[in-house]
Amino acid sequence: MLDAKIPSGSLSEKWTKYKGSVKLVNPANKRKLEIIVVGTGLAGSSAAASLGEMGYKVKAFCFQDSPRRAHSIAAQGGINAAKNYQNDGDSTYRLFYDTIKGGDYRAREANVHRLAEVSTNIIDQCVAQGVPFAREYGGLLSNRSFGGTQVQRTFYAAGQTGQQLLIGAYQALERQVALGTVQMYARHEMVELVIIDGKARGIIARNLVTGELERHFGHAVLLCTGGYGNVFYLSTNAMGSNVTAAWKAHKKGAYFANPCFTQIHPTCIPVSGDHQSKLTLMSESLRNDGRIWVPAKKGDNRPPNEIPEEERDYYLERRYPAFGNLVPRDVASRAAKERCDAGFGVGTSKQAVYLDYAAAIQRYGKAEASKRNLGNVSPETITQLGKDVVKEKYGNLFDMYEKITGENPYEVPMRIYPAVHYTMGGLWVDYELKTTVDGLYALGEANFSDHGANRLGASALMQGLADGYFVIPYTLGNYLADEIRTNNIPTDHPAFVEAEKQASERINRLMSIKGKQTVESFHKRLGKIIWDKCGMARSADGLKQAIKEVQALKKEFWSDVRIPGGINEMNPELDKAGRVADFIELGELMCLDALERNESCGGHFREEYQTPDGEALRDDEKYMYVAAWEMKEDNWQLHKESLNYEIVKPSQRSYK
Amino acid sequence: MQHYSMNLKLKVWRQRNANDQGHFETYDVENVSSEMSFLEMIDVLNERLIAKGDEPIAFDHDCREGICGMCSMVIDGRPHGPWKGTTTCQLHMRAFKDGDLITVEPFRANAFPVIKDLMVSRTAFDRIIQAGGYISVNTGNAVDGNAIPIEKDKADASFAAAACIGCGACVAACKNASAMLFVSAKVSHLALLPQGEPERKQRVVNMIAQMDKEGFGSCTNTYACEAECPKEISVLNIARLNKEYLHSSLSAD
Repeated sequence: MLDAKIPSGSLSEKWTKYKGSVKLVNPANKRKLEIIVVGTGLAGSSAAASLGEMGYKVKAFCFQDSPRRAHSIAAQGGINAAKNYQNDGDSTYRLFYDTIKGGDYRAREANVHRLAEVSTNIIDQCVAQGVPFAREYGGLLSNRSFGGTQVQRTFYAAGQTGQQLLIGAYQALERQVALGTVQMYARHEMVELVIIDGKARGIIARNLVTGELERHFGHAVLLCTGGYGNVFYLSTNAMGSNVTAAWKAHKKGAYFANPCFTQIHPTCIPVSGDHQSKLTLMSESLRNDGRIWVPAKKGDNRPPNEIPEEERDYYLERRYPAFGNLVPRDVASRAAKERCDAGFGVGTSKQAVYLDYAAAIQRYGKAEASKRNLGNVSPETITQLGKDVVKEKYGNLFDMYEKITGENPYEVPMRIYPAVHYTMGGLWVDYELKTTVDGLYALGEANFSDHGANRLGASALMQGLADGYFVIPYTLGNYLADEIRTNNIPTDHPAFVEAEKQASERINRLMSIKGKQTVESFHKRLGKIIWDKCGMARSADGLKQAIKEVQALKKEFWSDVRIPGGINEMNPELDKAGRVADFIELGELMCLDALERNESCGGHFREEYQTPDGEALRDDEKYMYVAAWEMKEDNWQLHKESLNYEIVKPSQRSYK
Repeated sequence: MQHYSMNLKLKVWRQRNANDQGHFETYDVENVSSEMSFLEMIDVLNERLIAKGDEPIAFDHDCREGICGMCSMVIDGRPHGPWKGTTTCQLHMRAFKDGDLITVEPFRANAFPVIKDLMVSRTAFDRIIQAGGYISVNTGNAVDGNAIPIEKDKADASFAAAACIGCGACVAACKNASAMLFVSAKVSHLALLPQGEPERKQRVVNMIAQMDKEGFGSCTNTYACEAECPKEISVLNIARLNKEYLHSSLSAD
């Protein structure tokens, strides 16, 4: 059994108690301690900036051309915080409870409670940095509601919340760069972890412009490298998002937890053809007003507007009358897949369902007409008034849909389909965010800790910033306090030489294959295997098959991949090849983890384990644990961290 | 929406590295679907180039949903191509028709040296932010988020300026390669908020000084920047920048 080192005491006092008794590093010693931060999204930027402010010497790395590009920037909806500004009964406990329940009782209570506690500090910090959150006319902060909750606790900046939060953290980071406490390495990728005497002591980074390998020492290494959704090839992640840094750490001893817990977001723009390179999310907020349906008749090819009301199947409203279109993400996604698999899908691919705003437009139109005392108005006027309201609320999303599909969503229903969006699994960390490698930490989406088997909307931004601004500044000190006597280790130490050699040999091996198939084609094939067999629905047979297919793909990749160009130059194909090679290995572990977990929970749906009416069937007796995998020579060993629910009583989630 | 297929000619800037002189290369790209995005069309071309044993075209891109600011390219003479308020990654091929010749170049500016093909270095923007594009507040120093009410109009205006994605299209669009729109967006974002007040004067002076040091040109007042900005950042921000700068330079402490 793994020990998460959760402090003793009652749940609501653990963090306060921990902070009050944790070891400290005095300012003079901080100046001597170096910290490596890999990744500059919300978790990485906020950690690097905060640690720099505290006086540590920080080196921050990102593969993009600037830290401001990290994929946190694409988050649309918002960030949760238990401020209770709306006086609607919110509290730290409620945010904690909703997160645990939303995660289908597979998250660690102590971490989630801490997250809920610091959520309010995040909003204060961001406002102080100048993040322009939406405000009411009285000048105070505005909130909106989001899936899986009954209170309004989501703070937002139009549909660009992630961008504004990241720019806030980026500005704080650049301020530290200017002050000299943080040294920034953009267009750099971590390709190896350096471990000396059992402790993480640095990384090997590849300068993506020159191709050079560089050695960097740190007293501690922080991985803030995001999720691994791109293992599916098609996802809403950025093209460059990858698992490489986390995977290198995994290969050097960091356990990988719950890799099969992946989130499929229900409202994305469907695939349009083989050329598809990525998928675009349509904010969850659209489900507040849109109605989701498919034709009631199989293979009904009429245009949507010609299908009369009684021949439509509003399947979410039918199956889940209490929550209707607002069921959690995992439930909505599975229901869409069920209809499409049964032959009711729409569009040319038949892999889509309608998200219809016609009813909302009429409803808003009538409300607007009566608000303005317009009396007897024509249907056209009502429609126009309704469209105006919808435009004000969702205009930017409707524009985006039209840009991508060329269809006008004010006139015809949008076509949507689920897509991979977030990964709850990640490197296993204890309460202090430390991995199983001493001195190696994982923050944000890169760790596994807070979302269990399913993440609620507007919680990813919260977790990234909580870890970076308010958790790691405390917990890292507890480790570094014992490191003040460790002098900087020169990078000609044998461990650095060896790690660089490993990285260099792997690159040379990749370049020397000179096969026939492109990196992209391998990535696509991997994605198809994982999507078909370890996606929205999984079965033991399918997973066993997938493991064989992924193993075969790995062999084929290492004997037939073609990478053009050279090593000592900017070579995006080589960068991609290294990442795809890691995704292939991760793909196998995901299937193994999914196979081992003989239950359905949250985003993990095993076809064998469902209720008679098709809902996920958890097995708390046997599987109430975190599956943490240790990489061995050529297989994996499972370690377990049992989850003890002291406060929340796990129950079957019901949204009916 | 009627989808169609087209055959295109692509005239693309190829440059091995910063020291290479660079040249245009023309490619035939057949069977392009009108449903593809512009970058997906280049993906398809690159796959064909690799299959033939040629080197693919290097270009910057990441989120492919118009928000990270990493993609660039000048397409037929326009940064981010022909669609208004749209980044290259969101531009779709239905903007073109069968038989079109499309010219693709990197953003061109002295302050944005070419790294390879269509990739340029925009770290000058990061250095301008380092010169003062922030509010000096350490983690943990903040008061309650609702302690300082901000008029909605000001908050909205600040947000509109903060919508800048730092892509550099304004520089590429300007014949002087001026970075005034970028700098003005950041100065406005912070100057419009009470939190930005304490550093307001020195911020604008320092950021302008860094902008000049990086080798960006002077404003031409032609508004090309606003016309090509994928986030439609207003040139009114430049007026505000000038006001802030004058006020800061003329008023004594």
